[in-house]
Amino acid sequence: MSTNVSLILTASALIGCGVYLILERSLTRVLAGLLLMGNGVSILFLIAGGRAGDAPIEGKTDVADMADPLPQALVLTAIVIALATTAFLLAMAYRSWQLNANDDVQDDVEDASIRRLAAADEASDSHDLATGGQDDDEVTEEGA
Amino acid sequence: MNYLVPLPVILPLFGAGATLMLSRWPKAQRWVSFAVLVAVVVIAAVLLYRADQYGPQVTWLGAWTPPLGISLVADRLSALMLLVSAVVTLVVLIYSIGQGMTGDEREAPVSIYHPTFLVLVAGVSNAFLAGDLFNLFVSFEMLLFASYVLLTLGGTETRIRAGTIYVVVNMLSSSLFLISIAAVYAATGSLNFAQLAQRIQDLPDSVSLTLQLLLLVTFAVKAAVFPLSLWLPDSYPTAPAPVTAVFAGLLTKVGVYAILRVQTLLFPDSPLTNLLMWAALITMVIGILGAIAQSDIKRMLSFTLVSHIGYMIFGIGLATEAGVSGAVFYVAHHITIQTALFLVVGLIERRAGSTSLLRLGGLARLSPVLAILFFVPAMNLAGIPPLSGFLGKIGLLQAGLDVGTPLAVTLVIGGVVTSLLTLYAVAKTWAIAFWRTPEQAHETAQALPSPGEEADALHPTVTMVRHRGHVHSGGTAYATSDLEEARQVRDEDAPDRDLYQLLRDGALPERLPRSMVLPTAALIGFSVVFTLVAGPMFGYTDRAATDLMQRTPYLEAVLDGGSR
Repeated sequence: MSTNVSLILTASALIGCGVYLILERSLTRVLAGLLLMGNGVSILFLIAGGRAGDAPIEGKTDVADMADPLPQALVLTAIVIALATTAFLLAMAYRSWQLNANDDVQDDVEDASIRRLAAADEASDSHDLATGGQDDDEVTEEGA
Repeated sequence: MNYLVPLPVILPLFGAGATLMLSRWPKAQRWVSFAVLVAVVVIAAVLLYRADQYGPQVTWLGAWTPPLGISLVADRLSALMLLVSAVVTLVVLIYSIGQGMTGDEREAPVSIYHPTFLVLVAGVSNAFLAGDLFNLFVSFEMLLFASYVLLTLGGTETRIRAGTIYVVVNMLSSSLFLISIAAVYAATGSLNFAQLAQRIQDLPDSVSLTLQLLLLVTFAVKAAVFPLSLWLPDSYPTAPAPVTAVFAGLLTKVGVYAILRVQTLLFPDSPLTNLLMWAALITMVIGILGAIAQSDIKRMLSFTLVSHIGYMIFGIGLATEAGVSGAVFYVAHHITIQTALFLVVGLIERRAGSTSLLRLGGLARLSPVLAILFFVPAMNLAGIPPLSGFLGKIGLLQAGLDVGTPLAVTLVIGGVVTSLLTLYAVAKTWAIAFWRTPEQAHETAQALPSPGEEADALHPTVTMVRHRGHVHSGGTAYATSDLEEARQVRDEDAPDRDLYQLLRDGALPERLPRSMVLPTAALIGFSVVFTLVAGPMFGYTDRAATDLMQRTPYLEAVLDGGSR
């Protein structure tokens, strides 16, 4: 199977940019990232379909010259699903903006409590409490 | 008779369309969804019988010549999953009708609930029946989409926050799934499971291992296997009780089913025993430790759900017939039990106005029926003999000891420890929520130090130290969220009161609606039936596991072309 290098480069660039954007805080940017990534994945499917060819229509093209139609059908399905998900995420981002005046992805509950528990653990020695519960990096003169 | 195979998918989809059109007539909506789900249960039972008697039931859709078209396959494993999930969804539907989706759902569009729920059922059925990778992807998307909508019903702030994480994580895993499908197609030129099973053997090891790991990571996100499980306890507890129940019961198990199918059918020569077993061990232990640390029953149960996924992965990782059989039995048991527990928690919330362990107490006296309904599935989850949880765990541990490698024995020990810790977690919940009196609960909350308060008559010797958002007092560190909740309980003017205050003010709802209690009791009865028929059922799962490990029944049924 021969592969098309320019398609591979395009797909990797799209997926790379997509991943970068998904790491952002704002839901709108995450959405843009998911869109880029979805397009990158669709191009991957075209690569998976093998070489380019003519329209796969019986009686019009020789079977030997046809492009593989199956990946194209799969890409169509994937595009439709991506469109629906995009609409849903947009609605969620808008609702989030309505409620909080931002669309940032919040810290989850567990993260916050883990952070709290970690802080509690660090401070479990009495010395730290005696200093009035300052952060460990604030070295006090009395304690030294 | 093979025309029955697509019905569990088609009927709910038709039902979804019909209920959407009937959205102005709630009564008609209810009857349609009820009738559809009853039909699905009956069809699943027939399929189970036929798959057991006559081998896998296969249908090629659209009259394409095999192997070009889309196939739906109901073998012993699929049929069992289908039947259990159909029964569970039927019970949850009756429960949600009984609940009337009222209470905190006042602003939610009730008319959306039924169509979405039916799409979810169609997606789950399709996932169990799918005979090719892309159809599996489509069914995942169907059930995920329905779950996005159900999780964010009403669009309240907590649900949007939980939903954001849930949707983004699942979209990522869907993208990964698509990448895996593209890679599989590029490598083999087919997506049908039966064809792949033959073609993957001819690939170089490195290629097939890459494909396997891609698919495993994808499904591990869906199944919530640690370290890909962190999204679950944050998103599930925020949804309405029946929704949480059906998610907890079914969605993760679809991921487990996919792992099981791919491992046994496509990659039988590369069981990845070590990787899966380590994942199973860590999932079990981390999950249950998380459960112990929770002060809310819903969150506690979400963590036990993650933990017990580990048992199923353990069975799959053993890659022996006994292990797979134990895993299949455990999946069936766990679907019913986890759903039942979440339904009971919904009842607790309805009766006592809260699921927080800081506010509950004395439920055993308040509602003895509720106590029984909680106790039986809780003990079943922990694996107390003679219930089915015990039998399922024994099956898995026995399979682990038969393998006998050091790692398998470690996992057996891990499984026992997890089981004991589960017992500890549910017993703690039981003691706090059901056994102590409401007065004790109230006094305990009162006695918690309150941030920002100086020493007063109640707490004369309190020395409060704040440290990075955490409060220390008397040598103990308290989570600020717990203290905040305790402060609300103390504050007589606060809108949310604990059980003691509600009782004192006579503000409790008088009785639980029978239409919610009966389905819950029925589901718990169903899970107890597993105990009674454990012998025949283990016989069935053994046969299913034999089929899976041999692969020939599946391949012959699919590739010789099911009768159309």
